[in-house]
Amino acid sequence: MRRLFFGGAALVMLSACATKPPVVEEVSEVVPVAKPAPEVFEPAPLPPVIEQAPEVVEVVPQANLPIPGSQEDFAFQSGGEPRVFFGYDQFDLSPEARDVLRRQANWLNLYTDATAIIEGNADERGTREYNLALGARRADSVKAFLISQGVAPNRLSAISYGKERPIDGRSNEEGWARNRNGFTNLRLRGVS
Amino acid sequence: MTRLTRILFFLSLWLFGWFLSLPAQAQLEIDISKGNLDPVQIAVPDFLATTSSERELGAQIADVIRADLERSGLFKALDPASFLETQTNIDYKPTFADWRVIKADALVSGRIQTESASRILVEFRLWDVFAGQQLKGVRFATTPENWRRTAHKASDAIYEALTGESGYFDSRIVFIDERGPKTNRKKRLAIMDQDGENPIYLLGGDDLVLTPRFSPNSQTIVYLSYENSDPNVYLLDIETGRRERLGDFPGMTYAPHLSPDGETLIFTMARRGNSDIYAMDLRSRSTSRLTTDPAIDVSANYSPDGKKIVFNSDRGGSPQLYTMDADGKNVKRISFGKGRYSAPVWSPRGDKIAFTRSGGGKFGIGVMDIDGKNERILTDSYLDESPTWSPNGRVIIFSREYRGVDGRREVWSVDLTGQNLRRVETPGMASDPAWSPLLQ
Repeated sequence: MRRLFFGGAALVMLSACATKPPVVEEVSEVVPVAKPAPEVFEPAPLPPVIEQAPEVVEVVPQANLPIPGSQEDFAFQSGGEPRVFFGYDQFDLSPEARDVLRRQANWLNLYTDATAIIEGNADERGTREYNLALGARRADSVKAFLISQGVAPNRLSAISYGKERPIDGRSNEEGWARNRNGFTNLRLRGVS
Repeated sequence: MTRLTRILFFLSLWLFGWFLSLPAQAQLEIDISKGNLDPVQIAVPDFLATTSSERELGAQIADVIRADLERSGLFKALDPASFLETQTNIDYKPTFADWRVIKADALVSGRIQTESASRILVEFRLWDVFAGQQLKGVRFATTPENWRRTAHKASDAIYEALTGESGYFDSRIVFIDERGPKTNRKKRLAIMDQDGENPIYLLGGDDLVLTPRFSPNSQTIVYLSYENSDPNVYLLDIETGRRERLGDFPGMTYAPHLSPDGETLIFTMARRGNSDIYAMDLRSRSTSRLTTDPAIDVSANYSPDGKKIVFNSDRGGSPQLYTMDADGKNVKRISFGKGRYSAPVWSPRGDKIAFTRSGGGKFGIGVMDIDGKNERILTDSYLDESPTWSPNGRVIIFSREYRGVDGRREVWSVDLTGQNLRRVETPGMASDPAWSPLLQ
């Protein structure tokens, strides 16, 4: 229809026949990419919470005080949470941090079955890998201090989470200050 | 010169000449100048077909090509509703006058033919509308299910024909998928096509996984995993699913990258709190230590010829960028601008280094020459980081994080010139993108 309607187009078609364009290049095979079996793109279900079997305690503890030798006791002795805090881009221990770590060391020297992973953390104002390095320095500051207080080195390991484990989501001085820390992640024997 | 060749001339100037023409005093200015290049107007009609299933593929393929080219920022795909000519056979010259009227600079006319149930032929001709000349003609043979990759390959061929640069559309992006609140975020290794399609998880998601990086020459990635609370570098072959812990070292290993030939792993190990750079030959597993400074040495990766290494160190008092020879000798600081510099990545073309610069409470992505000259900051936000290059070294994608308790993480893209800033589609929150080499 179009050609009938537009006489000019028919002429172009004719001249097109006379100058047929070059042949299309040779076939290139497009092979499918071998892929691992695709998974459904849904968030994985959270692993079941491992319930800690309650320990049978003979002695009724003092009112409102944690059971001696427990995770809670360790946190309590550390001043609420086994965590010490650092300045921006710093990894040296403040007098307060040393005080907390002395109490942690005393506890660890009392309960010698316990081990700990020292986790170094950074605030979000740094790039991922630099902050991993910074967290490693902080974790080592904590570990070295605990060793200096008599904790056996083989009971302690140090890793860095960089800025991946914030405990405070706020992007302000308070939030950042809380996220720059060294966390003593206590592992009691028989509890994973 | 026809309009198209004129545009191509300016396009090549734009691609190659930008940095040379910058006045020296402007080098530390943030300059996000946009829209000072006319995009090439390209018409991509739906590919011709006979059967209805072919027609559907033909429309989808043309859609993907239009989207690929538009996303590059170098092209404007004209609205098919404006087309005057409906070609019936791509083996005849188009009626160029009809395409000139709608101001098309280039025309892609394509066709699909079915050879058998499992084999289709997809072909196209790329025309310079003003010169009335065919610039490119390609035919692909593939399975109907593989139409999407075929479309990306066609986009690459068109991009290459019109810019003289190899494309980057037939490639994938590996990234960290992030779900949940900021203080309890699940991070999981995932991969998708460069346009955000076909996202799949690569790992189960039980362990924290960070910083995936592609081998420059294969579909293999290296990354950091916190399996068993023992953070270490792992390797994953995406095509076979083979996964392997690389080495057993006395300290945490992280910040992995592979050499251009894929045979050497360069990484950082933290020992007694001190991070230094090491290289491991993946065949012999022999490891050499490349830095010994008590400062942080991290984020090392190779130049494309494998002879040099760029890395991040705070040995001068604040994090800055340094280069050294592959054996660790000849260390030179290359960043001297205001602020803190980190996360350097050597361009696959070899002539530029992308990085993150922070200062004044902001983080931006920048590029500089390998000697630190001609620094140019391309983006600026609360937290832009982790740049990675497209296979042709023309586009940088990076992580962007927003301020606050709800701080989202997204992947963004920007041209080497600082133009065409846009978000990259991801299934959820995402970070740490790494671009694959072109698929084979």
